[in-house]
Amino acid sequence: MQQKVTRYAGATFTQVILAGYTVLALFPIVLIVINAFKNRAAIFDSPLALPNSESWSLIGFEKAMKNAHFFSFFGNSAIVTVTSLALILFFGAMAAWALSEYKFRGSRWLMAFFAFGIMVPIRLGTVSILKIMVSLDLVNTLTALVLVYVAQGLPLAIMILSEFMQQIPKELKEAARCDGVGEFKIFFQVILPLIRPAVATVAVFTMVPIWNDLWFPLILAPGEETQTITLGVQQFIGQYATDWNAVLASLSLAVLPVLVLYMFFSRQLIRGITAGAVK
Amino acid sequence: MSHVSLKNLKKSYDGKTDVLAGINLEIEDGEFVVLVGPSGCGKSTLLRMLSGLEEISGGDLEIDHARVNELPPAQRGIAMVFQSYALYPHMNVYKNMAFGLKIQGAGKDEIDRRIRHAAGILKIDHLLTRLPRELSGGQRQRVAIGRAIVREPKLFLFDEPLSNLDAALRVQTRLEIAKLHRDLNATIVYVTHDQVEAMTLGDKIVVMHDGHIQQAGTPLELYQRPANLFVATFIGSPKMNLLEGVVTNASASGMTVTLAGGQVLSTEVDGTRAAAGDRVTVGIRAEHLWENQDGSERFAGTVNLVEHLGEANYLYVTLTTGHDVVVRGHGDREVGLGDAIRMSAPSAAFHVFDRDGVAFTRLKPGNLRSSKG
Repeated sequence: MQQKVTRYAGATFTQVILAGYTVLALFPIVLIVINAFKNRAAIFDSPLALPNSESWSLIGFEKAMKNAHFFSFFGNSAIVTVTSLALILFFGAMAAWALSEYKFRGSRWLMAFFAFGIMVPIRLGTVSILKIMVSLDLVNTLTALVLVYVAQGLPLAIMILSEFMQQIPKELKEAARCDGVGEFKIFFQVILPLIRPAVATVAVFTMVPIWNDLWFPLILAPGEETQTITLGVQQFIGQYATDWNAVLASLSLAVLPVLVLYMFFSRQLIRGITAGAVK
Repeated sequence: MSHVSLKNLKKSYDGKTDVLAGINLEIEDGEFVVLVGPSGCGKSTLLRMLSGLEEISGGDLEIDHARVNELPPAQRGIAMVFQSYALYPHMNVYKNMAFGLKIQGAGKDEIDRRIRHAAGILKIDHLLTRLPRELSGGQRQRVAIGRAIVREPKLFLFDEPLSNLDAALRVQTRLEIAKLHRDLNATIVYVTHDQVEAMTLGDKIVVMHDGHIQQAGTPLELYQRPANLFVATFIGSPKMNLLEGVVTNASASGMTVTLAGGQVLSTEVDGTRAAAGDRVTVGIRAEHLWENQDGSERFAGTVNLVEHLGEANYLYVTLTTGHDVVVRGHGDREVGLGDAIRMSAPSAAFHVFDRDGVAFTRLKPGNLRSSKG
């Protein structure tokens, strides 16, 4: 009895902590979304109030949509995020497989090199990156962003994926080798399907910072044609006057694609967890 | 037809110490060879060297008289069944079996024919669309065997395939593997640490220890004429009783040994190699120590512990000479702890080993009447 009560109290405590964290994390997002649907006066009068019939307004969305480049910003963000994500997952998985499965001269050093990439923020190298991009004539291209994000995302992807790959039973690979399956086929048809949940985890972790990044778009691709949505939103923020309706509306819209991608990957994640362990 | 020949096969991980030190073995077509030994004896390493998953450090491996040392697993014509089954978890049973064939480039009809055939033999027709995680341990084991069968290999390799099954299923699957061997007339190399599996399945048993082959022979040969102390104690359950002694008289027709307690035993072994005064070890199996006075060599002692198996019981007895031995008694008889019992054994039942553990040839192995209780 006593034990049961203790356990119940423990569980409650955990739930309270988690709920508190959720509120903390969601608060700014909720604030943005509710204010996106209010008129300018209402935003300043009572920022915490829900929109009612009086304060309801879609003016922010209208302004945002009217902006000629708004959809191209979205497109740029989508292209950069999806391309980077695909490249990170593809090369990350392949590198992780090579580092965890094959022992070759320098493999430990290579692993350490990638671990180093997790520890050192890539922004430290911004000046050099900019110099390189200038000399490669890649400034104001989406390619520049993709390259930087791939470099930024690879180390963590490799770490997480190689951890998962090491858990795949050795016999499975050996059975495949006895079956005459080539190393590439083993990777693509045996290993990759098995680490799908890990790939989804990495995808989620990698995708969000890329979509939200303001730093590199601002430095490497600030041109009208190549602005991403996070950078594009800044247009509505002026030195003297800020169009809060438009800012909040575009930010609300900017959350949507990540949310969709997240839902797509998290389904994989949950499926992976519930699928049962590999015997 | 397949003939496998191991010539002075060596394995070393660091180039200095040999894990396997020159293994010589011939495996005939259709033969069921069991590699058996305690953990770490090198049996699994040897199997993996046959399969091509482990590099061969020295010597020659020939399959059908062609050297295959450097060939990758798939080109050796082997199929392996793993202890953990190693089924592809994301493919259903049919795809698990088809995967290797598809890679080899077999036609769709051919693949289907082979899978139906194998599934028929193993009685897993109804499971073909299931995923491995939806199968029981025994069913998974069959699928793993099925995956080996469809490849129609020259040589089957089994790596402790029954270790993950429960006791009842293990016996049943053991019978099925034996039947499979007969039906397919397959050449099989089978690794196990379980001597019962080895005795029941093998045409030829290879007992390994410390990277060496201790003895290779039929199950009965190993039981009746163990070449050395290791094989004598490894084969047979419970372990053979060992008694230390000194040779008093040795000739080609027999040997008399004085045990540590002063008792004199006459044994029927070829004693030409021995001389009076040599230290020897005398072995006697529990089932050859009878609880009667029919045998010529007699012992007396008290019972310390009784294990009831139903049809028999094992009595742990301390002899009057101070030795501890195990005796197989009749299951119906009630024996109490502390009871004094008298036993005997025929002189032909004894094994004798010299100081290095090498056996003297027994003159009349086998055909010993079993205990009358």
